[in-house]
Amino acid sequence: MVTWFESPADAVKRLADVGYLADDDTATTVFLAGVLGKPLLVEGPAGVGKTELAKAVTAAADAALVRLQCYEGLDEARALYEWNYKKQLLRIQAAGAQAWEETHDDIFSEEFLLTRPLLTAIRREDPTVLLVDEVDKTDVEVEGLLLEVLSDFQVTIPELGTVVATRRPFVVLTSNASRELSEALKRRCLYLHLDYPDADREKAIVLSQVPEAGERLVEQLVEMVGRLRELELKKAPSIAESVDWARTLLALDAGHLDADVAARTLGVVLKHVSDQERATKELRLARTS
Amino acid sequence: MSLLDRHVGLVEALRRSGVPVSLAEDLDAVRAAQQLPLLDRDALRAAYAATLVKRPTHRPNFDALFDLWFPPLLGDGIVRDEMAAPEPDQQPSRLGLSDGPEALAHLRDRLAEALGSGDPDLLAQLAREGVGRFGEMKGRGQGQASWSAYTALHRIHAAELVDRVVAGLAADPDDAPAARRRVQRRVEEFGRYAEADARRRVAEEKGADHMSRHAVRPTVENLDFTSARRADLVEMRRQIHPLARRLATRLAREQAAQGRGSLDFRRTVRASMSTGGVPLETKHRPRRPARTDLVVLCDVSGSVASFAQFTLMLVFALREQFSRVRAFTFVDEVTEVTDRFRPGADPVQTMLDLAASVQQVAMFGRTHYGRALERFYERHHDALGPQASLLVLGDARSNHSDLALPTLRRMVRESRHAWWLNPEHARHWDTGDSAASAYGEVVPMVECRNLTQLGEFVHGLAI
Repeated sequence: MVTWFESPADAVKRLADVGYLADDDTATTVFLAGVLGKPLLVEGPAGVGKTELAKAVTAAADAALVRLQCYEGLDEARALYEWNYKKQLLRIQAAGAQAWEETHDDIFSEEFLLTRPLLTAIRREDPTVLLVDEVDKTDVEVEGLLLEVLSDFQVTIPELGTVVATRRPFVVLTSNASRELSEALKRRCLYLHLDYPDADREKAIVLSQVPEAGERLVEQLVEMVGRLRELELKKAPSIAESVDWARTLLALDAGHLDADVAARTLGVVLKHVSDQERATKELRLARTS
Repeated sequence: MSLLDRHVGLVEALRRSGVPVSLAEDLDAVRAAQQLPLLDRDALRAAYAATLVKRPTHRPNFDALFDLWFPPLLGDGIVRDEMAAPEPDQQPSRLGLSDGPEALAHLRDRLAEALGSGDPDLLAQLAREGVGRFGEMKGRGQGQASWSAYTALHRIHAAELVDRVVAGLAADPDDAPAARRRVQRRVEEFGRYAEADARRRVAEEKGADHMSRHAVRPTVENLDFTSARRADLVEMRRQIHPLARRLATRLAREQAAQGRGSLDFRRTVRASMSTGGVPLETKHRPRRPARTDLVVLCDVSGSVASFAQFTLMLVFALREQFSRVRAFTFVDEVTEVTDRFRPGADPVQTMLDLAASVQQVAMFGRTHYGRALERFYERHHDALGPQASLLVLGDARSNHSDLALPTLRRMVRESRHAWWLNPEHARHWDTGDSAASAYGEVVPMVECRNLTQLGEFVHGLAI
């Protein structure tokens, strides 16, 4: 069993070293996921750094990242493994006079196996982070598939036998909560709800991404974003969008963020017309003509 | 109480409050706690949250219960009494903390400072001291004392300090609004600390188990529409769109899984190319789902207005799932509100518009189902038809007036399906002026008290 992080404090420090500013809850949960060897399910609104967390763990632990991007219609063949039919057909055609039993044994061997992310992650000998991204996009059947892999870290291939992980990967699942995941899957995971950060942490994050923006501007920006999030918007601005906004303001060479500048650049953070109207009205920004 | 007892107590209280904690998660929590330094309370909280609470809506209840079972301190903890002048002849009250006017002024001074600096630890400490000094309600005997955050907050009256703090903070008048908001947030924070502290003190006196039965509110999606407070309504409104999105995802999935259409010969042959011309997998055309025409008739009188609004918002958020939706509101007059729901409209504005429309439908201001139904049938009966599903929303309390049952019967006969959604608990039906069973004989009446039930119903409607 490898140790991923020594302690929660160690997790904070090493994640910060690779540029991910985690709060105490996040760090503690990441530490526990490593030490208990359990998958970590990260849920939260879009753009709060769920995927980034997995990447940061990878970088901090000097591991390799294996990523499984989920989408509707993802199946076993794309997630786990697949036999290379075409190559098998060629092999059979080339067999000529060879006995069928021999050919049969031959075509179901390592050579004809196409490993997909889940199997790849389990078979790797070196430290691995397995990122199952947007797990809420898959069908319920794939969740069933994940259960075996995530609780026992093993995969059964009928022709080859059961492959057991030599070294447990650090598994991160992310979800936007567009549907309820099954209780069975949640039960096997540690759960972390990532939300928008508080003002101080967001300021630190934006400053670390866009250091040229300057403390004063970022403070105003974070304050404004905080107010936007308090409004009832369809899509509240994410951290990624705050960072984009800081870059925009920098490019426009705006020294500070006043109502006028904010109204002109609101499109960077709010992507619905009704949201922009609402923000302009509530925050009394100057209306753009 | 041993650590294990506390753990088991917390888990049981969580289960009672509606958080499903399995035995496996229970064990995980213990394993996780062992990996952490025992004295770090925040780490313990994070560990418990990660292993036991798997839904964000359960988190507020978890936090409240955790504070009860693992209180941050006992009694007053160590409070430095800066007013200290322990008079030897005076019998000290519990811990010798005075609650006189000087003490109050002194606390307020320090609070103003803390509000300025915004140090959460200092705020929490002052909240503890404030509740200890000014929130005590002395009981007659041992174990009968109680604490009230309300009394303490009322006496301290932190909101009054805001102006003073803002004046001290903002040298630049441009910054004043921002500073004011910051300070106001801190005042709210202070209030929350005080409430948590009062709960903790009472729990110490009466037992965490006793407190956990009373201090916990149902989660937002299980909260009754009729008993929701203002803050809850805002929170519920925020939940509508995520709920609609989840329902839409689920519906799309179920419709896709609902059996395949006819064979798509072209795509099947094309797909067979990759397996050497052998059609291993057949491809099918998607089936066209049959969509419902929906007619919603809502009672928007005071008692059930919020329920009607939520239902309308949810129905319109799922607009694509129905072929057409028409909405009408009534109190004792009927009006059509369909055009108020534009695609992409701002939900807050829509709510305001709806509230304004109530003025138009209340001639005498008292709910009159009979009259409203008659009027609807008279003016808008073209909305009904063999494709339409009729949905009536209301508590069926008609102030003992005429019910117009024959008209409703005719309306039901003219539409494909009909339901009546009642936001009251079924046990309150037929009490007082409720005509639930009279209407229930004509239209199937469904209890719909909270967002979960509403979501389930709308889902069943759309499929």
